[in-house]
Amino acid sequence: MLAELSDHVMDIAMNSVRAGARNISIAIIAQRDKGTLSVSIGDDGIGMDEETLRKVSDPFYSTKAGKTVGLGVSLLKGAAEICEGEFQMRSVPGQGTEVEAVFPIDHPDVPPLGNVKDTFLLLCVTNPEVRFSFRFSADGKDFEMDTKQVNDILGGLSISHPEVVTFLSNYLEEHL
Amino acid sequence: MNLEELKAIREKAQKDIQLRQKEGRIKIIVGMGTSGIASGARGVLKAFVEEIAARNLVDVMVTQTGEKGLASQEPLIEVVEEGKPTVIYGNMNPEKAKRVVAEHIVSGNPVLDYVIETT
Ligand SMILES: Nc1ncnc2c1ncn2[C@@H]1O[C@H](COP(=O)(O)OP(=O)(O)OP(=O)(O)O)[C@@H](O)[C@H]1O
Ligand SMILES: [Mg+2]
Repeated sequence: MLAELSDHVMDIAMNSVRAGARNISIAIIAQRDKGTLSVSIGDDGIGMDEETLRKVSDPFYSTKAGKTVGLGVSLLKGAAEICEGEFQMRSVPGQGTEVEAVFPIDHPDVPPLGNVKDTFLLLCVTNPEVRFSFRFSADGKDFEMDTKQVNDILGGLSISHPEVVTFLSNYLEEHL
Repeated sequence: MNLEELKAIREKAQKDIQLRQKEGRIKIIVGMGTSGIASGARGVLKAFVEEIAARNLVDVMVTQTGEKGLASQEPLIEVVEEGKPTVIYGNMNPEKAKRVVAEHIVSGNPVLDYVIETT
């Protein structure tokens, strides 16, 4: 259903936004020596109690209004497990949630990364009230960006201002 | 390219007080729940963000929601404008998104072909 890791990242990060997170960190890190590609998303949203956490990787659990099927988390879990990778979700009510999927990098079923640049750009310019910290280290690239640094430079100007969006798009294109 | 270059954009925008007062006149909300993303909502969101930026529409805010609506008509988007009915468009794609910007957002004429609901 979600063909690329960048889709999963967008999806899991939107859970964090829905959980009221003010800070979201996203890291996509390949470690050649360990043979792993890890994707992790952490937030400081409302979190979940143990029982909810247990139910979440069950594809029929969702707290969304009028919804019986929650898919996002179980899709990422499934993608990791199908290539004998690992999946973990930790959460503390009132503190936040962390999701991590680790893939064996050379396994043929690891989903392609897809357009990570778009995912980073779209997340930060369409959720201006959230501070994102991005880290990408794979394919010979090592990139970090914290939107706090961007917002500090911008003063009161919104990160979603058209000229800022165009700038960040070019910036990510060049560095990522 | 260096993030410090954003300072020039800030200084230029700060001079334009009129533009700042119009901020957020129209909101475009793209449904980005799992099924929305699976049906192509990311490309739709990207088309809106790029088109609004390219046309320098400072008074339009593009945002996303993880909530979802009618799965059968995704990708779904909502156009919310003060004092006007909210328009919901379904079965969107990047080309349709560009048409919505040109006709609805810029010219004020909702694209009836794609409307699935108004509230
Ligand atoms: N970061 C998070 N913080 C707090 N609760 C979360 C978080 N991520 C998931 N949850 C809880 O787990 C449930 C299941 O998440 P999941 O992404 O699998 O489905 P969903 O978001 O409800 O629907 P879908 O992803 O199919 O659009 C959510 O409804 C929410 O209650
Ligand atoms: Mg979800």
